[in-house]
Amino acid sequence: MLKDITIGQYYPGESFLHRLDPRTKLICLFFYMIGIFMVKELLSFSYLMVFSIVVIAVSGVPVKTVFKGLKPMWILLLLTLILNFFMSIDGAILWQWRFLKITDAGVRRGIFMALRLVMLLNITALLTLTTTPILLTDGLERVMKRCFIPMAHELAMMMTIALRFIPTLIDETERIMKAQIARGADFETGGLLKKAKSLVPLLIPLFVSAIRRADELAMAMEARCYRGGEGRTRLRQLKYRRGDGLAFAVTMSFVAFTILDRYWLKLFV
Amino acid sequence: MPIVLDHISYTYQPDTPFAAPALHDVSLTIKSGQFVGIIGHTGSGKSTLIQHCNGLLFASEGSATVDGMPILPKSKDLKEIRRKVGLVFQYPEHQLFEETVAQDVAFGPKSLGLTAAETESRVRWAMNMVDMDYDKFHDASPFGLSGGEKRRAAIAGVLAMQPKYLILDEPFAGLDPNGREEIIGQLLRLNEKGLAIVLVSHSMDEIARLAKRLVVIHEGAIVYDDTVKQVFGKAAELAAMGLDVPEVMKLMMLLKEKGLAVGQDTLTIEEGQEEILKVLTNNTTRHT
Repeated sequence: MLKDITIGQYYPGESFLHRLDPRTKLICLFFYMIGIFMVKELLSFSYLMVFSIVVIAVSGVPVKTVFKGLKPMWILLLLTLILNFFMSIDGAILWQWRFLKITDAGVRRGIFMALRLVMLLNITALLTLTTTPILLTDGLERVMKRCFIPMAHELAMMMTIALRFIPTLIDETERIMKAQIARGADFETGGLLKKAKSLVPLLIPLFVSAIRRADELAMAMEARCYRGGEGRTRLRQLKYRRGDGLAFAVTMSFVAFTILDRYWLKLFV
Repeated sequence: MPIVLDHISYTYQPDTPFAAPALHDVSLTIKSGQFVGIIGHTGSGKSTLIQHCNGLLFASEGSATVDGMPILPKSKDLKEIRRKVGLVFQYPEHQLFEETVAQDVAFGPKSLGLTAAETESRVRWAMNMVDMDYDKFHDASPFGLSGGEKRRAAIAGVLAMQPKYLILDEPFAGLDPNGREEIIGQLLRLNEKGLAIVLVSHSMDEIARLAKRLVVIHEGAIVYDDTVKQVFGKAAELAAMGLDVPEVMKLMMLLKEKGLAVGQDTLTIEEGQEEILKVLTNNTTRHT
């Protein structure tokens, strides 16, 4: 149940994508997102899709694992579909029942929006699936520094710690849940109110332990003379390699193509 | 009527790259009133095994029953099974959450749907069982107790369900000698009252003092299941699995190595003392 959460999960591997510099992946992801938003036509998604499929294939991560990242978002996807289906007033009417009606433009828009979300989520999931949390935050810190974002180190450190503690907290949650089930707690049956109430025996011990952990971690960091980012050197230096150049070249030409297509080529209009 | 685990196997996160087989073809029967020790190296599958005894985990293969009730995910008896088999996790004090100790101990009985009067008498009984004075502690916040008191309050919370079997995972971890002795005494007393106890521990001395039967788990399988004396007699085999024997046995082995003909099957300090004295008196009488 809780183990299904794949946010920030890493899928070990040795692929081209795994070996890319995290900065490359972050920057390419950013530009790829621009590419996604450049696409205005449903059919133009076909070349985005080809790109996505190629990237997923190169990563060596099973398609099932990539799509598992969509699971927590399915309500959002469903809402996107439903709202666009029923709330559109333009286009030819396909089906009508009292005040509810579905138009062809609405259907098109719904599928379009949902597809866009799926692409965004898949490619972001791929970033965390192929990058260890430590490398990811290292990369993020360097990129933020380059963009002159203040407190880059502190922000990155906060993210590292948060990511680091997700599995720990999930384990802890399961442990406490089991302990409470063992003495008669019931997290599954009952109405909404009863379910919410049943969370108290879970949440209080969880908060207590999270605060205790934070306290201990702060102490341990101080004991090792941690004092923020100033003058800090690194054991593992990030270095761009030839593969990074290739990744940049491919992504940039792809994004350039989407822009070109939108304003001049208009292949699918 | 016993807890019966029949040829069970279990794998964590199956069908993923993280799949980890934890138990392999394990069979174990725990009869009422028994005092069973379970030892095994970290990661050997002890915790997984005990969670199969009250339906927190369900075997991938094989079957498990408690007093004839099958442990299955959708079983209607699951609540009754969990009541009958009380499970005290490692660091059980981390599960405390109520404002007062009495309310926390009452959590289990309340979920059984008992009346207020019944609940209170259960709470009194359970707190008495772990030597916590009801009048002194019932209004105290569980977060203000000492480590040993917290642990006892948490154990009381499980006892208040009035289980037939009590399984404890490392109940002595992180306690001072006093706290340890108190819990040992309470476990003995509960066992005398007919409660079956399963004790999972790394502390061989406590196992030797308390358990009658000892189960050794290694890499997800049961290697030994015999009397405590028989199992600890295999010191070399245990050492190969990264397991220890009680301190007294180690002392006796050293004495024998140095030429004193002491028996090798003493488990507790008292037995050891007797054995050494016996051998020494024999030696002196022979000399004179």
